[in-house]
Amino acid sequence: MLEVSGITQIFGGVTALDSVSFKLAKGDITGVIGPNGAGKTTLFNIISGIYHQTAGTVYLEGKDVTGFPPERLARLSMVRTFQNIELFGGMTVLENVMVGMHTKSTSGLLACSFKAPWSISEERRIRQGALKWLDFTGITDLADQKAGNLPFGKGRLLEIARALAVEPRIILMDEPAAGLNSQETLALAALIKRIRDMDITVVLVEHDMELVMDICDRIVVLNLGKKLAEGTPQQIQESPEVIAAYLGDDD
Amino acid sequence: MKKDLLLFSAFTLLVAAAPQLFKGGYLMNVLVFVGINTMLAVALNLLLGYAGQISLGHAGFFGLGAYLSGIMTTTYSIGPWLAMPIAAIVVGIIACLIGFPVLKLKGHYLAMATLGLGIIIFIVFNETVDLTGGPSGLSGIPNLKIAGVTFDSDVKNYYLIWFFTLAVMLFSLNLANSRVGRALRAVHDSEIAAQVLGVNARILKVQVFTLSAIISSIAGSLYAHTMTFISPASFGFNFSIELLTMVVIGGLGSIFGSFLGAALLTLLPEFLRAVNDYDIIIYGALLMVMVMFMPGGLVRGIPALYRKIFGQRKGTGNA
Repeated sequence: MLEVSGITQIFGGVTALDSVSFKLAKGDITGVIGPNGAGKTTLFNIISGIYHQTAGTVYLEGKDVTGFPPERLARLSMVRTFQNIELFGGMTVLENVMVGMHTKSTSGLLACSFKAPWSISEERRIRQGALKWLDFTGITDLADQKAGNLPFGKGRLLEIARALAVEPRIILMDEPAAGLNSQETLALAALIKRIRDMDITVVLVEHDMELVMDICDRIVVLNLGKKLAEGTPQQIQESPEVIAAYLGDDD
Repeated sequence: MKKDLLLFSAFTLLVAAAPQLFKGGYLMNVLVFVGINTMLAVALNLLLGYAGQISLGHAGFFGLGAYLSGIMTTTYSIGPWLAMPIAAIVVGIIACLIGFPVLKLKGHYLAMATLGLGIIIFIVFNETVDLTGGPSGLSGIPNLKIAGVTFDSDVKNYYLIWFFTLAVMLFSLNLANSRVGRALRAVHDSEIAAQVLGVNARILKVQVFTLSAIISSIAGSLYAHTMTFISPASFGFNFSIELLTMVVIGGLGSIFGSFLGAALLTLLPEFLRAVNDYDIIIYGALLMVMVMFMPGGLVRGIPALYRKIFGQRKGTGNA
């Protein structure tokens, strides 16, 4: 589904990522974990086309997508969410999700301005599609609220609803549980499993170990820009290198 | 959306009835300018209020439309109704070509680049004397004609200009409430999130910049044909700033706000003529007060003020 090979990112004199490689299977939930500064978010920014890596290749469904801009990756069914949720604050919750349908609609500037018949029926389809995703994430009652006024937890759900509207085959989530209380985190875990059940491959960067161990099928551990370990939650929990990286070495 | 269309219908009726209400006269001439300025403010608002991209060169596109129409109809005797779309297409192509490199810039840098563009166009109007008549202007531009009716009086021009203004407003309202309008607002709020969702921000910005320039060009052509005389002074840097003020005072991201801003800034100097030497001071002070107390513009400030007064009355009534 997604393969990164030899990803290296150098910022000035700092090597943020050093030749990181791994493969993700379709339909898995994969967690990318590691101590602060391990390069997790940098890796996400590279995969999602926001940064251009110093070296290395990204393959999406076997296709080399290295250097593709984010909007092109969205059309190839890859979408991401952000650690500090990036909502369209001046727009309503429903409108936010409607923007998510952008790649699934085609009316151009002139068709929209002159209200061409096909643009009107498309608008109806966009609205219905967006409502469906609000329902899926359980925030239908907030549809007409300004997104900028949402509490953080609801904003997170909105960001996920908006990403799902792209109808991705792979979704990258950057610390989805950050800033959520324990109840919201439980609901999030259930939501992520429901997303996986729709055959969407999920990759998440996360610090909440309980959540990661609970929902992930596979885990990739980064430390100081290098891949430290890879395996099932069980294997990772028992790995001496990982324990050393997290808890410190005795030597 | 439905609310907007209802408001638009009411507004259209008001515009149609205005000549009867004001019984013609000098005010009709001012209202022609309100119409032209509304078109320009709406055009700039699409760029600034929706897409969040500033332009300090819009007077240049307005001037290009006016001069292209003026030169084609006088020197080359092309019909005005043909000259207008040709001018709009030429200005659109220029805006598109300039837009690609310029719109890569953000914030202050974009402001500087568009400012430079406006100044260059202004200098071209002044210096190409053979073509534009230079600082002394271009005269003898014909009035527009439809089926034997020549638009040569204030009332006729009023209907002509406002037909176009209303069309531009309806066009923009439709755009604002559509897939493309949402994508524009998304780019404004978070460009990176919009891109991640598949919005090609770069192309979209160039598209709306081009559209904005085309509307400004049409306004310029109409201006040339109603005034029959144009000179570079009308298309300078000052006017770009005035347009920006209209958009901000009226309300960013609101089509009706652009009308309010354009109306206020066009009518105010006329009313302030009574206090001749002090007019510019009062004008400036009023703008300052409005920006301080109505940061969302007239379109949001007036309803808020109304609620405040209405709410207080209700309170005293109960006591």
